[in-house]
Amino acid sequence: MILEPPLLRSVGLTKVFQTDAGPVHAVRGVDLWVGQGEFVAVMGPSGSGKSTLLHLLGGLEPPTSGEIWLDGKRADGLTQAKWAMLRRRHIGFVFQFFNLVSSMSVADNVEVAALVGGASRRQARERREELLEDLGLTAKAQAAPSQLSGGEQQRVAVARALAHRPSLLLTDEPTGNLDSANTSAVLRLLRRSHAKGQAILLVTHDARAASMADRVINLFDGMIVDDAAVRPVPVTAASSVLELRG
Amino acid sequence: MRLPLLALLAKEPAHGYELKARLEQTFGDAYPSPNIGQIYLTLQRLERAGLVKSQDVVQSDRPNKRVYELTPAGREAVVTWAEEPSDEPRVRDDFFMKLALGPMAGVTDALSLINRQRRHYLGLMRSLSRLAEEAPENNKIGRLLIEGAMLHLQADLDWLERCQEVLL
Repeated sequence: MILEPPLLRSVGLTKVFQTDAGPVHAVRGVDLWVGQGEFVAVMGPSGSGKSTLLHLLGGLEPPTSGEIWLDGKRADGLTQAKWAMLRRRHIGFVFQFFNLVSSMSVADNVEVAALVGGASRRQARERREELLEDLGLTAKAQAAPSQLSGGEQQRVAVARALAHRPSLLLTDEPTGNLDSANTSAVLRLLRRSHAKGQAILLVTHDARAASMADRVINLFDGMIVDDAAVRPVPVTAASSVLELRG
Repeated sequence: MRLPLLALLAKEPAHGYELKARLEQTFGDAYPSPNIGQIYLTLQRLERAGLVKSQDVVQSDRPNKRVYELTPAGREAVVTWAEEPSDEPRVRDDFFMKLALGPMAGVTDALSLINRQRRHYLGLMRSLSRLAEEAPENNKIGRLLIEGAMLHLQADLDWLERCQEVLL
């Protein structure tokens, strides 16, 4: 049997920050992989290195040592320019703060991302229409980001990240600033795109978000201490959580 | 089970199956469907305690049914219950005992315990999310019950992180 290479793999990934107080070992020898179309969540206490790990894997920061393989190709030694190219074509990012371009309409924010990712004008427009429709934001296509609620802006940020059909979506606390209803909307969106084959690496504190993943990795003190599939616990067993006393 | 039944009877007299149906209707799918045997057993106990009384109602085409109603003492119990602040467990007692005593007994270690428990909570969360999505929009009580359980689970997971930070 020939196994297809994992979409993303890291080997012995390490990041040491030099600070006035001495070196800080943020990520310490992380071996991880994300399969094609897989949805993996990374949890762990604050300061466990989750966000740093995500930045390393997306090429936003260079690792101190270790390897990163994307789609079977080594990526950790790439220059900033090469990384930028790789991201435009293959990686989508969503952060806690949406960072939409304020001077562009909602539609343009999404469409430009598709164009930069290599789509033709027609493809980019179609993709934008499809995504905004999917998100229930068609009516707001011509609005400026500032005219949208926080939840709507985050949905646009997800659309923008998916516009160029990245092979991997990297996302850091995408629901961190949202209320319950908007959290649900963003999670629904992630789940739907995963169902269509989108690979996702999600860093989060939100257990609801993490529980949607195929697999949850727990990071502690810069190291992986647990890596396991999420298995739904039947509702009958959930009954103890819902039990009414009295 | 005692107080929910008393509360339903405070509204109007009912027989066992009606109480079961009302519980299901109020709490939706998230609430484990109450066992009719347990309802009748509870009603008998409440009757012995003087909180409810019952009488048989003759039905021509079916067996008689026993209709329960609240006594004044029963009503007082419901009122007292409603007015008391609720003191619910804030820690998962059984897990806490395992965490405190398991490693000491040499039968397990803290990391395995925490990892297993986290996986379990995440599995529960997955099922609850599904329930939340399937719950009808108009069943406010049922939806709140699920949402509450999810928030508790999130707190349990945050607390597991604290256990990790302190013990490992």
